[in-house]
Amino acid sequence: MNLHEYQARSLLRAAGVPMPDGDVASSPAEAESIAARLGGVVVIKAQVHAGGRGKAGGVKLAKTSSEAYEHAARILGMSIKGLEVQKVLVVPAVGIASEAYVGLILDRESQCPVLMVSAAGGVDIEEVAATTPEKIHRLAIDPRYGLLPHRALGLALTLYEDFAAARAAAGIMQQLYAAFVANGASLAEINPLVRTSMGQVLALDAKISVDDNELERRPDLAMLRDESAEAPSEVAARRAGLTFIKLDGNVGCIVNGAGLAMATMDLVKYYGGEPANFLDIGGSSNPEKVVNALRIITADSNVKAILFNIFGGITRTDDVANGIVAATKEFHVKVPVVIRLTGTNEQVALKILEGVGMRALSDMDEAVRQAVTLAREAA
Amino acid sequence: MSIFAGNATRVVVQGITGRDGSFHTRQMMEYGTRVVAGVTPGKGGQRFHDTVPVFHTVAEAVAATDANASVIYVPPALAAGAIAEAADAGIALIVCITEGIPVLDIVRVLPFVRERGARLIGPNCPGLISPGAAKIGIIPGQICAPGRVGLVSRSGTLTYEVVNHLTKNGIGQSTCVGIGGDPIIGTNFIDVLRAFQDDADTDVIVMMGEIGGTDEQKAAECVRAQVTKPVVGFIAGQTAPKGRRMGHAGAIISGSSGTAEEKIAAFEAAGIAVMRRPIDVVELVQTAVRGKR
Repeated sequence: MNLHEYQARSLLRAAGVPMPDGDVASSPAEAESIAARLGGVVVIKAQVHAGGRGKAGGVKLAKTSSEAYEHAARILGMSIKGLEVQKVLVVPAVGIASEAYVGLILDRESQCPVLMVSAAGGVDIEEVAATTPEKIHRLAIDPRYGLLPHRALGLALTLYEDFAAARAAAGIMQQLYAAFVANGASLAEINPLVRTSMGQVLALDAKISVDDNELERRPDLAMLRDESAEAPSEVAARRAGLTFIKLDGNVGCIVNGAGLAMATMDLVKYYGGEPANFLDIGGSSNPEKVVNALRIITADSNVKAILFNIFGGITRTDDVANGIVAATKEFHVKVPVVIRLTGTNEQVALKILEGVGMRALSDMDEAVRQAVTLAREAA
Repeated sequence: MSIFAGNATRVVVQGITGRDGSFHTRQMMEYGTRVVAGVTPGKGGQRFHDTVPVFHTVAEAVAATDANASVIYVPPALAAGAIAEAADAGIALIVCITEGIPVLDIVRVLPFVRERGARLIGPNCPGLISPGAAKIGIIPGQICAPGRVGLVSRSGTLTYEVVNHLTKNGIGQSTCVGIGGDPIIGTNFIDVLRAFQDDADTDVIVMMGEIGGTDEQKAAECVRAQVTKPVVGFIAGQTAPKGRRMGHAGAIISGSSGTAEEKIAAFEAAGIAVMRRPIDVVELVQTAVRGKR
């Protein structure tokens, strides 16, 4: 789960990371009063889950509080990469002497948190990594010992020649690591970490992604989820315990298991169709989940045919069949439904479907071809 | 023969009295797996199905039954602790089925497991099956058949789809291993590829990958350098949407976006025969077998 900058800021501040003061606003008037309180030049920053905010016009300097009002009025409601801006962060502008990068990620390969720092921070950091990788310094952190102070200092000395600045940066790295661990993050990033013209080292931006598996035991973090940043159908799906991603095609897919769901979408494409979604009903097959899945998919008017692809293992195919029957009783499914069922309790499932005049296929390729053809005929 | 699990495997089930644990223990026993003990703290002294003794701790179970493998069905919040407990009790093969374990929990427990010389498979995996000998986990036994194809996969039901095609076409398997879909796992493609390479009863290897990360690229490099047996591969997720990426750290660390195209290209460059559809596994494996003769 991605956090907004203002949310990440408050987690990093709680860990002691020095940052300019500031606050978040949902209206131009709020932005104006924050700017007036801060005094001087401020930066208005769009709060959306997307990179490239500056280039999209979502970050503006305001010299006065009335200018802050005007910029906030323009940025609030603007769309950045398809996401509507609903909040802006208002922070004082600082004089920047240099920009560095500090990031922590759970690295799949070394199987531990890896700290990466570079003196060449800022918006072009990925370019730096690609063209001059020697400018990025990395440190794999053994979670049993954490980020040892002398190692943090060693990395910080690659950022700043000035010892006082390096010591401040080393402290920030340790605070960042503490916040990373305390909040079950999979990513925590400060870009840029700046040295101001006054010589202070400050975090000017903050990004944190929390591991979704932490949310069950951390309701305080789960509360930070911004559902307005997601498609309503995706919110409904998550509440129903389904993993759902909406796409642009016309073949609705309901599958058990993420790998099989992706392979099903790929096969739809292979046979000349376009998948309308990714939908994984997961392992345990409560019939209610199937009803919810059908409800979410039929709400998409682009969908011209629905394809079930269920390979029963933990998932019982009779539960899925019961769900399909229950759904067709609860609401009218207007588009053709192709069902592929095989595995656990398959014979029971086939009887349940026969009872309401439905039939199922056992072959995945045949089912996908039928669904693609039906969708094409209906389009 | 087979890899990781066979006739000599003696399984202790952690979480044997839970809903999933008890259901799949019955399935494992019906398949012929030697389930010698169960563990549920607080239920020591009971018997599962009047036969399998239940213990409070894994250490007690090992002392009484000489269990040498464990399968874990406990809830996510307790799963990393269960993994550590199995390793501490001297279990050599730990298979963790549980889905939804916080990744940092796994990061912390992995060094503990490795220091004790144990192998962790998973978490969030379907486990493994050596057809005709032992099944540890949840892979449906009836879709498998004994034979000489080794299969390794990141996913569950997609594995079943491919195994089913093989079995229906008379192609049996030595061992099928589901390594799990989480970002950090105990046993990766390379570990399994090397084991199949060294297994005298595996002739052809099938490797099922997915988008995300760079494990498949690393595995392809391993195939090129160290595997002489023919390998057939698949990558799921060619039509998956590109996520809205946050931050730069992901791109900096791997220099890769983990797309299906990158992975398929890596497979092909390593001489791996790539399936376009799951059903293509049959023809590609048959071709590989003919090529070997």
